[in-house]
Amino acid sequence: MVRDGVSLGTAVGLYGVAFGAVGSALLLGTRNAIYGLRLTDLLSDRGWRRVAAAHWVIDETTAITVRERGLELSRLAFLSSGASLFLSWNLTTVAGALGAASFGPALQAALESVVPAAFLALLWPRLARGADLLREQRIVALGGAGIAVALTPVLPPGMQIVAAGLAVLLAVRTVGSPGPEGSRRPEHPQANRHE
Amino acid sequence: MSSTTLWTVVIGASIGNYLLKLAGLSVPPRVLERPLIRRTVELIPAALLAALAAVNAFTSEGALVVDFRLAALAAAALALALRAPFIVVLLVAGGVGALGSLVAG
Repeated sequence: MVRDGVSLGTAVGLYGVAFGAVGSALLLGTRNAIYGLRLTDLLSDRGWRRVAAAHWVIDETTAITVRERGLELSRLAFLSSGASLFLSWNLTTVAGALGAASFGPALQAALESVVPAAFLALLWPRLARGADLLREQRIVALGGAGIAVALTPVLPPGMQIVAAGLAVLLAVRTVGSPGPEGSRRPEHPQANRHE
Repeated sequence: MSSTTLWTVVIGASIGNYLLKLAGLSVPPRVLERPLIRRTVELIPAALLAALAAVNAFTSEGALVVDFRLAALAAAALALALRAPFIVVLLVAGGVGALGSLVAG
């Protein structure tokens, strides 16, 4: 898992090189608030620790962190992926600022090809057999990809990624009853409350 | 854009983005205990990661584009299906993308 975090950081730092847009930054960043919702009980940080952790909340660290079982592993995953991403992101940004313009076309094509592959690799464990809420995850992934690509020509950059979140509503609506296999969810949420 | 404007945008966007992250982490866990909200939050990363993969593979500057990145993504999917490690998946995708651009270009 730590090794995954390191290689992840190396790869995704390349994404930092390619990514230069400034104007759409806040729109792009709204998804990090949603990731924060997902991470808040895994990290359960308070005070200055939360203030520090917030800086490292992003696609890659979220994907790595939520894959682990148990609070300690989740926290280790967050810290190792966050640290390696932080280092490689900044180092490759400097490298990019100094020399990316001199990259040949083949190297640029390689970099452009690595970015979608990295996101697919982060997504993959959620769609593989044995994942929680498998059927819903697959519907959501297909729906999110379709929505985002379809809306790219008409929305400002970054907004189509946020709009892809609507695919979750699609899954929550269409998968109303528990599936025959694959999907696990609490049947009686009140049953384990003692109030 | 003048240098001052540029830096104002960069610093403003940085602060705004940081506050978005902090806001997400600061939602009380009590809110997240409700089953519907919990399930929704559980599913959101799949939607956004799939969207990021698809947009980076099939669009370029706001237009839909099919190019060498499709071959690279397919090769990455094959590598993932064969349980290749993360770094191998990226090397495969980069190699296929570079080759594809040479063949097509």
